[in-house]
Amino acid sequence: MIKVYVSSVIDASADTVWSRIRDFNGLPTWHPAIADSRIENHEPADRVGCIRHFHTRDGGRIRERLLALSDYDYSCTYEILESPMGVDNYVATLKLMPITDGNRCFAEWSAEFDCAEGRERELTATIGDGVFQGGFDALKRHYASGRR
Amino acid sequence: MLQRVVRSTVIDAPIERVWAVLRDFNSHDRWHDVVAESRIEGGERSDQVGCVRSFTLQDGHRIREQLLTLDDREYRSTYTIVEATVPLQRYVATVTLRPVTDAGATFWHWESTFDTPPGRERELRDMVAQGVYEAGFANLRRHLAGAADLRGGAAPMPVALPLAARRVVVAAYGGADVLRGEAFDAPPPGPGEVRVRQRAIGVNYLDVYLRRGFIPAMLPLPGVPGMEAAGSVIDVGPGVHGVSAGDRVAYLGPRAGAYASVRNVPADWLLRLPAAVDDDSAAATLLKGVTADYLLRDLGRIGRGTRLLVHAAAGGVGLLLCAGAARLGARVIGTVSTDEKARLARAQGCDEVIVTRDYRFADAVQRLAGGADVIVDGLGDAARDENLAALAARGHWISLGQASGALQALDPDALLAKSASFSRPVVFAYMATREERQARAQRVWDALADGTLGRPLIERHALDAAAQAHRRLEQRATAGALVLVA
Repeated sequence: MIKVYVSSVIDASADTVWSRIRDFNGLPTWHPAIADSRIENHEPADRVGCIRHFHTRDGGRIRERLLALSDYDYSCTYEILESPMGVDNYVATLKLMPITDGNRCFAEWSAEFDCAEGRERELTATIGDGVFQGGFDALKRHYASGRR
Repeated sequence: MLQRVVRSTVIDAPIERVWAVLRDFNSHDRWHDVVAESRIEGGERSDQVGCVRSFTLQDGHRIREQLLTLDDREYRSTYTIVEATVPLQRYVATVTLRPVTDAGATFWHWESTFDTPPGRERELRDMVAQGVYEAGFANLRRHLAGAADLRGGAAPMPVALPLAARRVVVAAYGGADVLRGEAFDAPPPGPGEVRVRQRAIGVNYLDVYLRRGFIPAMLPLPGVPGMEAAGSVIDVGPGVHGVSAGDRVAYLGPRAGAYASVRNVPADWLLRLPAAVDDDSAAATLLKGVTADYLLRDLGRIGRGTRLLVHAAAGGVGLLLCAGAARLGARVIGTVSTDEKARLARAQGCDEVIVTRDYRFADAVQRLAGGADVIVDGLGDAARDENLAALAARGHWISLGQASGALQALDPDALLAKSASFSRPVVFAYMATREERQARAQRVWDALADGTLGRPLIERHALDAAAQAHRRLEQRATAGALVLVA
């Protein structure tokens, strides 16, 4: 089992950031690596169990199922059903926590998965540095310009 | 309604460094300004789950907290208040750290839930949120910025210091006026000793005898009278085990010295106070209750039908004797000085009450019961002949005190006519071993807790007004027990 954990501090309240990222179908609106997204079977994007079907900008097709969504904990957990990455049993959680001193929040994105021997380092870098940190960097850039 | 406080921040230091400080449950007096002094009870490690930290705040409040969770993998510590002078109830707090991986910093989340007395929700929420958590964030930042955590070794454990306290001293034997309040420094407890914050001190007629100089060996001059008190443990000396700061305790000791707000006593004397027994009731009842206990169970052998004569039946010991003897099925006759006291004695189970102020009662006792099998006498010399006359054949005269004056020598032949016996007991002989002390005290606490004794009738005086309390006792103006509050 491989674990990846990335965290950051974003200069906007947890409520503000959450409203931007809670939409399970909204990755293309904030994550620079995602090209498009749709929810399968015309289900609402906040129905736990729904499946998002999206493409990365480099053409990869990924299907992920929403496993848990909490507006109370600012947290979202999902699993990969299909992807070109070569990961099994992949479950990830994106979560915000308020920082009470200052208008900012703590963001963490973590995943656990299995993979072929020898690919651990490469996948950890792709997922941790590329997907997760890439998403946080975009959020930080977005709110750094004072849009709160 | 359960209150919830959440505060969080980011500390500009790696999580390992922040956690090294916070995982030490006894570190807070080194980095948090609000904490004056802290120690782990019972010599346990500060990372022992279940350990208790006992600390004082700068404003004097005292808090004991127990470590419930220590999780090095999740960087989490959970703890609860087990005792505090601040009214935070059911307080459970959790400290959680997370690494900020893209900045080498630490996210620190601190939250708690608790109850408060009605109307104090906001005040206590603010105190926790701002006074403890927000101030703690700032203080830890400063602690780390000054690299205080990197200097070798932990700060030395705080050394017990003398405490400013009050006591009442007798410099010369005499009337109540010889009792003088004074300030003093209560020293740290010595080996085998426990320093007790005394909140309630029992006043007994024995204290009057000592003050008058009847038993100089028990109160060498200058001396502090008083045999019993209740309160809580401040700290313990070397070699003391099984007692911790904050424990509620009472004691009844063979050496005087209880008229003080702080006192060091041998750990061996201490009796644990159950939650159901408050300090005042304990101090009002311990010596008197243990006295009633040995008089009824051991020395007097009171049983069904025993004709028991109790003098001062509305006094501290008297009321307990009436209640205890009535439960045992005895026939209780009491003497009191006023009608009001007669009512009190009757309410406690005294079957017949003789109201007398001139120590004449023998005829009445003979008429009512044909004499007394047991007499518990605190009157002394003025009632000497009446007591002999009041005894039944094979009767037992127990001379417990001598409020009217020291008993003149008794001719053994005076007992012969009735084949009577005479005892002159001291309570401490009946609680010489730790087991006996515990067993007798436990019966007193049980009787207080389950209501058999009822709430003791208590007259309270300030410690510094001990002279006034003695005057009231000697004028026979009091009913029930006298307690000095410190």
